[in-house]
Amino acid sequence: MIELTVNGETHELDADPGMPLLWALRDHLGLTGTKYGCGAALCGACTVHVDGRPRRSCVTTLRVAAGKDIRTIEGLQGPVAKAVQGSWERLNVVQCGYCQSGQIMAAVSLLEGNPRPGPAEIDDAMSGNLCRCATYARIRDAIGKAAEQLAAGEPG
Amino acid sequence: MNNDEISSGLSRRTFIKTGLGAGAGLSLGVWLPALAQMGGPGKAGAAGATGALEPNAFVRIGPDGVVQVVAKHLEMGQGSWTGLATLVAEELDADWDQVEVIGAPADAARYNNLFWGPVQGTGGSTAMANSHKQMREAGAAARAMLLAAAAERWGVEVGDITIDRGTVTGPGAGQRAGFGDLAEAAAAQPVPDLVFLKDRKDFRLIGQMLPRKDNPGKVNGTALYTQDIRLPDMLTAVVLHSPRFGGRLSGFDAADAKKVSGVVDVFEIPSGVAVVARDTWSAMSGRDALRAEWDDSDAFTGTAGELMARYRDMADQPGTVVRADGDVAAALAAADTVLAADYEFPFLAHATMEPMNCVVRVDAEGCEIFNGAQLQTGDQMAVAQALGIEPGQVRINMLYAGGSFGRRANPHSDYVLEALHIAKHVGRPVPVKLVWTREDDMRAGYYRPMYFHRLRGAVGPDGKPSVWQHRIVGQSILAGTAFAEALIKDGVDSTSVEGASDLPYGIPNLGVDLHSPVVPVPVQWWRAVGSTHTAFSTETFIDELAVAAGKDPVEYRLGLLGDHPRHARVLQLAAEKGGWGAPAPEGQFRGIALHESFNTRVAQVVDVSLDGDGAWRVHRVVVAVDCGMAINPDNIRAQVEGGMGFGLSAALGEAITFDGGRVVEGNYDGYPVLRMNQMPRVEVHIVKNDAPPTGVGEPATPVIAPAVAIALHRATGQRLRRLPLKLG
Repeated sequence: MIELTVNGETHELDADPGMPLLWALRDHLGLTGTKYGCGAALCGACTVHVDGRPRRSCVTTLRVAAGKDIRTIEGLQGPVAKAVQGSWERLNVVQCGYCQSGQIMAAVSLLEGNPRPGPAEIDDAMSGNLCRCATYARIRDAIGKAAEQLAAGEPG
Repeated sequence: MNNDEISSGLSRRTFIKTGLGAGAGLSLGVWLPALAQMGGPGKAGAAGATGALEPNAFVRIGPDGVVQVVAKHLEMGQGSWTGLATLVAEELDADWDQVEVIGAPADAARYNNLFWGPVQGTGGSTAMANSHKQMREAGAAARAMLLAAAAERWGVEVGDITIDRGTVTGPGAGQRAGFGDLAEAAAAQPVPDLVFLKDRKDFRLIGQMLPRKDNPGKVNGTALYTQDIRLPDMLTAVVLHSPRFGGRLSGFDAADAKKVSGVVDVFEIPSGVAVVARDTWSAMSGRDALRAEWDDSDAFTGTAGELMARYRDMADQPGTVVRADGDVAAALAAADTVLAADYEFPFLAHATMEPMNCVVRVDAEGCEIFNGAQLQTGDQMAVAQALGIEPGQVRINMLYAGGSFGRRANPHSDYVLEALHIAKHVGRPVPVKLVWTREDDMRAGYYRPMYFHRLRGAVGPDGKPSVWQHRIVGQSILAGTAFAEALIKDGVDSTSVEGASDLPYGIPNLGVDLHSPVVPVPVQWWRAVGSTHTAFSTETFIDELAVAAGKDPVEYRLGLLGDHPRHARVLQLAAEKGGWGAPAPEGQFRGIALHESFNTRVAQVVDVSLDGDGAWRVHRVVVAVDCGMAINPDNIRAQVEGGMGFGLSAALGEAITFDGGRVVEGNYDGYPVLRMNQMPRVEVHIVKNDAPPTGVGEPATPVIAPAVAIALHRATGQRLRRLPLKLG
């Protein structure tokens, strides 16, 4: 049995410890907001937070994830998340939307660690997250706007 | 087909009311009378993703006041659902917040693409172009019925009632009602024979920046894609495919695969060996343990390089004539200097973020499918045929697609039929989700075909091009598909030559011809289709002629666009906004290109710098676009940004290659797609006009590569004619 703490809730899973966290989240816990894109940590669609840091759930095994604090798009909360998601909506960032859970998880991590990232820092932090629709210009703007809003203390 | 002017086919007496029970509110649909007879109201209803029965109509207003717009088009990112809802809500005078969008069931009679006859599908950048009038009329008819109901209730004239953002107001005190209050009474009103559409000056929603209807679900993770479907007792399947196109299964050993925990069954299907399991990881692990042998006697075992050499040889001989203006041979013979250029374009994968997948359940009623289908009724027909049932027995639930770019409109329904074969074998009415891994998806074929182009031309005494000869070699996408009859004319696949055969430049001696070699690599339309290669060769070659004539490339083009004022205008706008003629920033070089696809004209000015080791970087792209009436300017900008980015991605590094027939690239490491640190700043300028709306999903894609190649020529003197663009 593997004990997995996801979005504050602890689950007991009877699963292969070598199974990537991604498939446990999606197939066993029904948390389908975290997406499969490449299975090889190349695209970032499966990004979740593990102990507060962005991790590719497609290459993070249950063995490694067990006992850690895992957060998915479904459990995202707090002022930074609110600002990022609000900014995403206001700028109409999404197109097909498939990568956007991962983009948002990466963006929230970025702003939690660096409240005022410059353009190069945004590009560095986000370049592991692919968007085939190439919504990058708007993602960049949305992160900038969310950072401004948080700095000004405005509500999301 | 001339898509510039379209009619929805609606006229008097073509509104037909759908059969709905009392209390269900107002529901009406609009369709061509002849096609309505084929389908008939109330028939072929389909269950939505939630299991609720949906009516066959474009608008439904419930007693709760919610306006449901039934989208006949797939939302694969291009904003079609938001656009369709905008058109309905505009004529209905609905409040944007009370509007919801749901996907229509597959139904060729009611939900067909008006440009395509009795076929439901989304593609060719036609979602707004084919349906803008139809959707507005649907909204206007609903509005007229609400007005009639209000007039009856209040005993006033319709002309004395107004509707503003979902509130109906009469002349008397207290005469106010929401749509929900009137829905039931409105449903009892006669459906109008004739509706009047708003004058442009009265638009409240069209032309405005509106939030996308799919924003909330796509930022909080609740939007449902095929990959996310979970049904009771559902099994998950992966398939071991032949590593070579045309390879046949000669044997397999499933013993170890069946030992993997969670694996339920392993069996042969026409496209390989299916591993069916309780969950995705078990299915993948089972496949890893599977051993199979393949008979490659009829398989493709070549390389892309060998194919390209063959194409190059073919280009030495004339092909099927596509266009022949004037006397090309005589003009070439008479020219003092003939410029010649050969171009090479690789196979390209769609590489959608959501790999292909499909959920199928074969049951007593027929078959139920959950999919982001781009060509709904094509898939419906193929499945019906495979099961020996009627198309109406195949219910397709339209989900969001995690990108498609043409891939989910497979004319052979490849992955859909694969899922069907597995579900059929499983037998019981158990839903099966077919999941392709990234590698399965990238190696499954259906690529943008590889192409070779040869251009020859000369500058006449007046400095203008005196002759232009364009030879194209590449696989036909349409051959062997249901579209061949309509779209292959006199041996010419229109998708192989679009953008070249309709070259806008006035050149007296102009020839285009085509070779369509048969190659066992499956090919398909890829965002912007033929223009993905024709825009590159034509625009870089016109630049070569301009340089040879000693002319500014913008002035040169304008001198040849006398018959195409909209092209000229879009080119001038891009040149003006992009600072054409002014120096680029230090260390940067400027290029410009112009191309029309899907009746939309796009010009782009790029600023490019050299990045060392043959690499280059685009800093800024200024785009001018003329797509007729702008329904949603912000979405046009989004599509231009993203479409350009898609083309830039291919120009930077995309290519599918083969080693002994095996596809070399399997994931995003070998097949790099654009990343954020490669995305330039983009400025989009939309030409204002009242022409009918044309497409925006694709037309920005093909323009960037030639603009970059032209800038790189200014930077280095090198003419790059092979994609992706690598400096020597």
